Amino acid sequence: MPRYTPPSHAASEITPRALFDSRRAFIRSAGLGSIALAAGALGLGRAASALAAQKFGALERSPFSTDEKQTPYKDVTNYNNFYEFGTDKREPAQSAQSLRLRPWTVTLDGLVARPRTLDIDSILRLAPLEERIYRMRCVEGWSMVVPWLGIPLAALLKQVEPLGSARYVEFQSLHDPAQMPATRLRVLDWPYTEGLRLDEAMHPLTIMALGLYGEELPRQNGAPLRLVVPWKYGYKGAKSIVRIRFVEREPATSWMRAGPSEYGFYSNVNPGVDHPRWSQATERRLGEFLKRKTLMFNGYAEQVGQLYAGMDLRRNF
Amino acid sequence: MAAAAWIPRRIAAPGAGMLTAVKCLVFAACLLPLADLLWAAWRDDLGANPIEAITRGLGTWTLNFLLITLSVTPLRKLSGLDWLVRLRRMLGLYAFFYASLHLLTYLWLDQFFDWAAIVKDIAKRPFVTAGFLAWLMLVPLAATSTQAMMRRLGGRRWQRLHRSVYAIGVVAVLHYWWLVKKDVTLPFTYALILGALLAWRAVRRQDRGGRANAALVRTPGVAMAKSGAE
Ligand code: HEM
Repeated sequence: MPRYTPPSHAASEITPRALFDSRRAFIRSAGLGSIALAAGALGLGRAASALAAQKFGALERSPFSTDEKQTPYKDVTNYNNFYEFGTDKREPAQSAQSLRLRPWTVTLDGLVARPRTLDIDSILRLAPLEERIYRMRCVEGWSMVVPWLGIPLAALLKQVEPLGSARYVEFQSLHDPAQMPATRLRVLDWPYTEGLRLDEAMHPLTIMALGLYGEELPRQNGAPLRLVVPWKYGYKGAKSIVRIRFVEREPATSWMRAGPSEYGFYSNVNPGVDHPRWSQATERRLGEFLKRKTLMFNGYAEQVGQLYAGMDLRRNF
Repeated sequence: MAAAAWIPRRIAAPGAGMLTAVKCLVFAACLLPLADLLWAAWRDDLGANPIEAITRGLGTWTLNFLLITLSVTPLRKLSGLDWLVRLRRMLGLYAFFYASLHLLTYLWLDQFFDWAAIVKDIAKRPFVTAGFLAWLMLVPLAATSTQAMMRRLGGRRWQRLHRSVYAIGVVAVLHYWWLVKKDVTLPFTYALILGALLAWRAVRRQDRGGRANAALVRTPGVAMAKSGAE
């Protein structure tokens, strides 16, 4: 297993505090006080974390975790792209609350020796829960730092003994129109489908998240279990998963079907390859005023770069 | 055109004082969306991404004001309330006001005057190109909105210039359509409203053209001259 080494940010990539403060002061004093107030509302002064009840007890710090400032719980749980519950990012925090979390099973099948359907409570006991504080970079040009709780995805996948012919893993989210009225609008091809290459899925950075901020995963964040692949754009992290299939061919994901020229299978964070709608060179970390430079593979290049050795990432975007 | 019969006279033909009062009221009402945004900012109620919320709020209201401005003439013709046209310039200028705040938010809060990034952004991302174009096209209309400019240009040329507001509407809806990721419900709704306003105008034009032709046919010499000219 590769040892984790924190990404080295060039000094220029981190806004010096003094410059930042002076810009804030400048905005405050500028004539357009109105907009300055709005900038003040960025919440930079807010306490770092609204630590919720430690339902899962003490957790070991993972060497994979970043020590960057965590995005406040309130923002992590009120700014969610979860289209099954509406396309406005503030919507799922309300509309997802009716999602039933028990009973919940996940079916693992396809090219495996032992297909199984696992109950969520047995998945929770499968491996020790780990805290993983990861950067999350959305394709829309914003990012967060989230303290996830979860298990390595590999621990789950090994339960079914994948066959040698399995080269990709497909993830399907719940599609229940009765609980997810927003899916009546065919914004995407439901069920929400995502995919990873098997080696990406088995990579130690890839986790199945079961909680965040020390508590069970809130519904709007993809309860009861969701994928987290920190070096890829956020939409790769399928939420509320019910099925995991091992396949031979690259699966077509919901976003690839929606816009093949905009969303590729790999979707690795890459500041050098722009999306037609959003520049990917920079990002706004929620809670910060100035944009920061986006890092290759979202800052996880040392851990995952070798997975793509020799590949043209401009074509395989 | 006379006001519809069911409209009381006081509303159909308000006195000067009444009209001033109405104008003041509308002026104040047009500031409410901005006040609402500022109030939300003050209470820290703009969500996790306040800059996005401000940009979107101002963009939405720019488009609303554009469409409200475009509705004045149809409303006036349908109701017969001729004085409605006296509100049109103010509404149009509010569209420009919100568009400029929207642009300023983008230049300042979003890009922090990173001119290289801004130029690249406007050139590269179709939705930003369209938004910028719509704002650019609004500038001459705002600049020629005064009585003095109207006189200087002459009614006909002024009117021809100001007809570009329909094209601005189309470019603005495109800007919205291109920026949404997948759910085009809202841009589609705006497109429908804009389409209805454009269709109304086209139909009326044809009607007017038809009536004018009919009048011409009654004077044969002119009709021949006209067809010859065409
Ligand atoms: C007549 C002029 C314009 C109109 C009517 C207009 C309208 C809109 C509308 C309706 C939205 C979407 C609001 C929402 O999602 O709720 C929007 C967003 C936006 N507009 Fe404009 N806009 C105009 C000019 C501009 C200009 C000049 C720029 C910059 C050069 C610009 C940049 C943007 C940006 C960056 C967004 C936000 C996109 C996002 O958050 O994803 N717009 N605008």
